[in-house]
Amino acid sequence: MTSVLEVFDLKKSFGGIKAVDGVSFEVREGEILGIIGPNGCGKSTLFNCILGQLSPTDGRVALDGRDITGISPAALNRLGVSRTFQLLQVFPELSVRDNLILAGQEHQGTMLSRLFGASDAGLGVQADRMITFFNLQHLAGVKAGGLSYGQQKLLDAAMAFMAGPRLVLLDEPAGGVNLTMLESLKERLQAMNREHGATFVVIEHNMDFVMSLCSRVLVLAEGRVLAEGTAEDVRRNPAVIDAYLGH
Amino acid sequence: MKTTTLISIGLGLAIVAALLIMPLYMARYSLYILSMWAVMTIAAIGLNLTLGYAGQISLAQGAFVGIGAYAAGILTTAHGWPLLSVLPLAALLCFVIGWGLGYPALRVQHHYLAFVTLAFSTLAFLIFRNEEWLTKGVYGIENIKRPIIFGWNTFRPLPFYYLCLAALAVTTALTWWIVHSPWGRAFLALRENPLRAQSLGIDTRRYTLMAFAIGSAFGGVSGVFYAPLVEFIEPGAFTLALSLNILLMVIVGGSGFFFGPFVGALIAVLLPEWLRFTKGYYLILYAVLVMILLVYSPKGILGFIEGWLADRRTRRASATRAAAEPSLRAETQS
Amino acid sequence: MSNFINLLIAGLATGAIYAIIAIGFTLLWQTSQTINFAQGEFVMVPAFFILAVLNLGVPFWLAILAGFAISAVVLGVLFKKMLVDPMLRHGVLPLAIATMALSIAMKESVKEFYSAEAQPFPSIIPAGSIDIFGVAVSLQSVGVLVAAIAGVIVLNLLLNGTSLGHQMQATAQNPSVARIIGIPVERMIMLTFLINAALVTFAALLVTPIYLAKFSSGEVLGLSAFIAAIVGGFNQVRGAIVGGLLLGVVDNLAAAYVSTQYRGAFPLLLLIVIILFRPEGLVGRTEERKV
Repeated sequence: MTSVLEVFDLKKSFGGIKAVDGVSFEVREGEILGIIGPNGCGKSTLFNCILGQLSPTDGRVALDGRDITGISPAALNRLGVSRTFQLLQVFPELSVRDNLILAGQEHQGTMLSRLFGASDAGLGVQADRMITFFNLQHLAGVKAGGLSYGQQKLLDAAMAFMAGPRLVLLDEPAGGVNLTMLESLKERLQAMNREHGATFVVIEHNMDFVMSLCSRVLVLAEGRVLAEGTAEDVRRNPAVIDAYLGH
Repeated sequence: MKTTTLISIGLGLAIVAALLIMPLYMARYSLYILSMWAVMTIAAIGLNLTLGYAGQISLAQGAFVGIGAYAAGILTTAHGWPLLSVLPLAALLCFVIGWGLGYPALRVQHHYLAFVTLAFSTLAFLIFRNEEWLTKGVYGIENIKRPIIFGWNTFRPLPFYYLCLAALAVTTALTWWIVHSPWGRAFLALRENPLRAQSLGIDTRRYTLMAFAIGSAFGGVSGVFYAPLVEFIEPGAFTLALSLNILLMVIVGGSGFFFGPFVGALIAVLLPEWLRFTKGYYLILYAVLVMILLVYSPKGILGFIEGWLADRRTRRASATRAAAEPSLRAETQS
Repeated sequence: MSNFINLLIAGLATGAIYAIIAIGFTLLWQTSQTINFAQGEFVMVPAFFILAVLNLGVPFWLAILAGFAISAVVLGVLFKKMLVDPMLRHGVLPLAIATMALSIAMKESVKEFYSAEAQPFPSIIPAGSIDIFGVAVSLQSVGVLVAAIAGVIVLNLLLNGTSLGHQMQATAQNPSVARIIGIPVERMIMLTFLINAALVTFAALLVTPIYLAKFSSGEVLGLSAFIAAIVGGFNQVRGAIVGGLLLGVVDNLAAAYVSTQYRGAFPLLLLIVIILFRPEGLVGRTEERKV
């Protein structure tokens, strides 16, 4: 089983505060890894360091063995890593279909070929496929700003998959979504994983969501890895229960 | 087809027809003003690409117009080049200079391009003024001839106007192509949410640089037609004031709207004529009106119209809803 | 050699004036995200306020006070209440463009309502020369330099030595947190605008006697202030000082030893070099990519 992502002893400090204090783990191909932990445990900081939004104080990150520590978010995306955002970030002025095409277009050809090529960068069919997969058919031409919050979350997830990525990082995908929509989201993510072998990492607060979706779970506390294992193992781990009871 | 689309197409056709037919009956001076509008719109379209689509302020568009104008002036009068052959040279030169200015300036998140272009504007003026051996300095270049294209003589106001209009049409078509290609989508993304755009693999810096370089090239093209329109150029015509003027055209028309530059240039060219009675004060009035416009409608005139139309639509929708309610209420009360 | 020393001191003097203008500009940006493209005109106009009052037959010292008062009202309060406050909700860019329109309005107003001609302006520093290490140096230059340094020291004392100054700095660094702590953020921001009005009037007093009062002097002053702020480090008051002094010296020396015709080119070159090799400015710190 190959490792898609490897994190070696990652550290990030802000002045005197050690937000991430030596975290190491790997993400195996085809798995859905969950990262959980109480508030302030360093999940978001860890994520942002991996994604190039912040430069780590120390440590390394490798994608398929290739060092990607601190590279720009755009370059990382082109290497095959995509993400969703905790605070929803779809483009409200573009239609659902256009949002999807946008999400994939930078991976088609070069900048120049994109100027002279088709208006949809050859992604029209794939965008339609994605729309069907996420059950957004009736909304394809609607401006993304007019969608409900849950629908935007689905769009956000769909956008992450447009470029056929190697790895998808989902930042609190369950936040603020109603139960029915949450079920669809979870079901679609599982389908994506099953049918396309997509590898993802999910940061979440919602325990049920994580436990039912993820094959393996990592627990962080105070910037360090507290526990690692299957959902069941982690749920029963006394140290984990302790860490959460304090919050 | 929706009524609004039909109206837009009808309006568009009417305007094009007017632009083609009306001039046949216009006097010499009016033709000059209309030609000036066409030429300035080209420069404004370029700046709209930089500012409206890529979200960067350039204060050097006037300098690029100057570069194009001097290229045309020098090459046609001193070296006998035909005007149209100056076009690719001027466009390329301005593109390269734009790239050269933008490359360092866009490395940082702040609005440094504004200041770099401001400084470049000053430099360009100094070069126009000081390098007499090339530009004849403050004496200027006179007698810039209008071209003869494949036997078609554009010396007189009417044929030259059609030439300017043709140049505008080509520029418009090129811009339409760019904006409706995947580049247009990328511009919208980087303008609205640059961080999100980057996370989708969009090289925001490169796209912005391209927009600025192309926009500057359009400035050069505008200059190439400006020179034979005014027939005499001197450095004082290409100062920061021109750059600010073009900037205001884009803003007043509506930054980021495809037809914003057309509207803005029209106002900028006509206003001095209408406000002629105020003599020196028209510029103050214009500046004050712009400030007021910005406070109430930062998206310019086209933005205001768009907002007004959207307002009507929502009001109509809520009116329809309100009309449907009484019957529901009646039902629940019984 | 004496020429060099004179040029150096004159350069430092002009640089100090640029620094003062740049400090005001930086403060406005820090506290309220205002990029004031009219900052140069803000320096040009107080001189005309003072001249107008002088024309009424008022003694110079009184005209200066009146100048400060008028600037505080017009360039401080009116500017903030009538332009910045309504525009801020639209974003940084529209406000910046509005200040460009403002600069046009101010420039043309002076040209139309006062005069298009350059006007002489009385100096608060007497003419003559002073002996420094056996070299005759223009008293004007030394006086301006000393006055500017004094002004900066006073400002520094205000910002770092008083509780008011600390509150202002807190507001500049993080307005939302400042509000939570209980700092009257709105009042602090208004104070910044008033300080800027005072700084530009002070700069006007120092620079106008040298270059005369003309409607067009705002362009060069403004550009110099912007370059000084960026070269020093956009987000820092210290940066504005370093940038201003450096700019003044480079500009003066280049004009004398390289070419007067291309005087305006050297600030541009300095700007390009800095943003190519040290975009955070000489004194600035590299910023993290935003999360």
